[in-house]
Order: sequence, then structure tokens, then C-alpha cells
Amino acid sequence: MHFDAFDRYHEKDSFLHHLDPRVKVVVTIVFIVSNALLPDAAWFGFLFAWIFLLLVNAASKLGVAYTLKRSLLALPFALIAITVLFSIPGKPVLQFHFLMWDLTVTDMGLLRFVSILVRSWLSVQMAILLVAVTRFPDLIHALEHLRVPAILTTIIAFLYRYLFVLTDEVFRLLRAREARSAAVPGTRSGGGVLWRAKIAGNMAGQLFLRSYERSDRIYNAMVARGYSGHLYTLNPHEMKSTDYFATAFAIVVIFVTQILGRF
Amino acid sequence: MPVTHLKKQFSLPECSGDVLTVQDLHFSYPDGHNALHGVSLKLCEGDKVALVGPNGAGKSTLMLHLNGILNGHGDVEVAGQRLTRDNLPAIRSMVGLVFQSPDDQLFSPTVFEDVAFGPLHMGLSEEEVRARVDSALEAVRMSAYRDRLSHHLSVGEKKRIAIATVLSMKPSLLVLDEPSAGLDPRARRTLINLLRDLPITMLVSTHDMKLVQELFPRTIVMDEGKVVADGLTIEILEDEALLNAHGLEKP
Repeated sequence: MHFDAFDRYHEKDSFLHHLDPRVKVVVTIVFIVSNALLPDAAWFGFLFAWIFLLLVNAASKLGVAYTLKRSLLALPFALIAITVLFSIPGKPVLQFHFLMWDLTVTDMGLLRFVSILVRSWLSVQMAILLVAVTRFPDLIHALEHLRVPAILTTIIAFLYRYLFVLTDEVFRLLRAREARSAAVPGTRSGGGVLWRAKIAGNMAGQLFLRSYERSDRIYNAMVARGYSGHLYTLNPHEMKSTDYFATAFAIVVIFVTQILGRF
Repeated sequence: MPVTHLKKQFSLPECSGDVLTVQDLHFSYPDGHNALHGVSLKLCEGDKVALVGPNGAGKSTLMLHLNGILNGHGDVEVAGQRLTRDNLPAIRSMVGLVFQSPDDQLFSPTVFEDVAFGPLHMGLSEEEVRARVDSALEAVRMSAYRDRLSHHLSVGEKKRIAIATVLSMKPSLLVLDEPSAGLDPRARRTLINLLRDLPITMLVSTHDMKLVQELFPRTIVMDEGKVVADGLTIEILEDEALLNAHGLEKP
């Protein structure tokens, strides 16, 4: 029984898949930072960033619809920014009454809101693309190369490895409960809310205990193979000339985006 | 004329304990449970020994002592070196411990990294690490799985990788905890062939009596924290009174 719902990697034979993971991580981060730095209503900048995104998308052979579909999932989170519609001073565009508040939408607020939406939409798509074309262990390697502290990369690596084991565990627990959730015809089954809450609480407790004991066994397995507090890894990646070229190209494009966004 | 069959007498060779000597080992867990009451045993070069006994007999506890994860009272000597705090790293590279659940044993994202973990911690050079990973995976016939993700493998595949993770350390003693538990017949058969072909001294705890019969010339029976029998497998498996007394079955 495997639960692979978290694995977002899509095996394909494309330029992007073969690019060094460090390049992909760095370019993604620079792209996201660049989006955040673009001023409000920098439409040319946004357009150019979007073209870059489409270009990268084409190089991944995943199809343009892939990131588009995935990005819709993240869009609701951008709605947190909805308050800027009303809180930025400017010319009123729309006034209405909502529950106990009188709300005024300003033109400046509207511009900022749309800009935030576009920025996050572009950034999320690039991040989705990064995870889709890079195997997770390679991502961790890239972070190690980029001097992210070992303790962080180790935690991420373990999290990734045991997320699957833990979700399997959860599904086994849920299945065991399901299997015994019987009902006698004619009687109301399921018990009281309190009782059910207690069962759910016990299951959460079980999960904690099992994870705790598993962590003990894992530690033993590590110690048995010589672990003494330091993690050593081999880093099998090497930058090729195409990697350098791709980095240079991406940086230039992002730079141009910044310039376009400011004029 | 009556036919007289020659009755063959088998016996185990004398063993002075050149690979492993455990002398009067006692251990109790922090909660007060007494797991080992004076265990003594000796293993020699090339021995393949089964460790059988009911659940809670102290088999796993004993195994955790063999490379110093647990420290009880008594003597553990590996290849003539007494296990102390100072030579723990050396002992750990000599005793390869494979745990029962491969999900505990395989903690790295990829197969390669897991097999490389031991050699890397031994401080070997990069080429040496790569060479060892390749030969360990070759030994368990899993070379094609080098770059796979551990959590996507089947239990049988994980078991074999788990063995490779300690083979890469080139141990002089391989200690396996219930290697055949939870395997389907084919995976079990593959594992048996693998264990037979490995030219390493091994101590294997198991409940699989057929496996014991097939693979191990010598058997040690443990119960309630003691060694209750140690001898030729064919003799022990014939002794039904002994087997019944310790919750075991004749295969």
C-alpha cells in the first residue's frame, strides 16, 4: 500500500528535466523575488514575466495547461489580500454596504489587488513547475549545494521520506476504524459526538506514539551504521555549459523584466 | 542378509569465538523488564546461525547489544576486541545490523544514498564509496534500483536494499532480525538464495522454521532471556520436547 499523492514529480525527457537542480532552484527563487519587486500595475513587466514562464513551460514538455490547472488550487490563498481593495486611499470606484461595514473600493486599491493576484499567480506557477521537473532528492541536494544549513535539509529529507510512511499509517488506522464501524439494522449507530471525539483523539495519540517509537528505531538504524551526529552526502551534480547558459539567459530575462516594469 | 546402514554422525566444528563472543550478558530495560539473563554464545568465521525463540525471548535485545546500541552487563567481543565506548565506531563497521522493518532501515530519499550512508560515515573516499555501493547492490541483485526512491519499492525489494545498506560496510558479521517476515513466497525464495550465497558469518533471528532447516547448520534457541539450546539444527529440530517447551514448531 503506497500513498503517493504528495509526489508531484513528472517524469519526462525534456531540457528542463536535465537542467542542474541548483540552476532551477536559484532561477525559481530569483523569479519569485523579481515578481515581488515589480511595482504595482507594471503591466509590461508582468507580461514579460508571463512570456518567460510560458517559455520555460514549453521547455518542460508538460504542456501549458499543467501549471495553469495546478495554480488555480493556490489562487484562493491570494484572496487574503482582499483587504487592500478598501484600505488604500484613492478615488472611490464602488461603494457598498456589507453586514455592518460601509466599504469603498478605491482605484489604487483595485490596482494593487490585481497586481498582487498576478504576482502570486506567476510565482506559484514557477514553483509548481520546479517541483514537477525536479526529483525531490535532487532538490535537497541543490539546497545542500546552496549552503542551506544541514539541519534544515536533513529535516526536509526525513520529512519527505516518512511522510509516506506516516500517511500509510494514518490510512491503516482509518481503515481499521472503518472495518469495525458496524451498525445493527434499526438502531442508530455511530455513538455520541463526545465518544467519537475520544476515538479520534485516541487515534491521534496512537499516531504520535507510533511515530515516536519509529523515530527511535530509525535512530538505532542510523547509529548501527556509524551515525554520530553528522550527516555526510555525496553530491552527484556537476554544472555543464548548458546549465551556465540557462542561468545567464534566465537572469538576463528577469533583469529585462525589472527594467520593463519600471518604465 | 540384513542390510546395515552406516549411521552418519554430524557434529559442529570446535569454535573458539573468533568472530563473536558474548559472555554472561545481562540486561534490563528502563521500565524494569528483565530481557537478558546471562546470555553466552560464540560465533566463528563462516558460521551461519539461526536464533529462534518465542516473541519476547530477548532475541532482538541481544542483537542490539552486538554493536553497542544497548549496553548491558557482561562481555561482548567482536573479532577479539572487547566492545567499549572507544571502539564503538570500529565495532559498528564490523557488525552489520539489519532491522526487522525495512522502513526503519531505509531512511534516505534514494536507494543510493541509503547504501552509501554507512561507507560515508566510515570516512571512505568518494570512489571507494561508489564502488562499495555498486558491489553491495550487485550482491543483492538490485543494481537497477540505484536511483529509485525507497518508499516506492515493494517489501521484498526494501528487504534486499536493507541488506545492501550493511553489506556496503563490508562487515565481518551480518545480524538479521526476522528477514523473511512479511514476504511472499517468491520474495522469500529470493532472500533465501541470497543469504545462502553471501559468504559472510551471519546470525539470523527468525520464526520461519523451514528457513532454519534449509539454511542454517547451527541453531541457537532462546527463551526468557537465556540460551536454552545451541547445537546442530538437525538435532534441535528433531527434539520435539524442546521445541514444544519453547513455543516452537517442527517444520
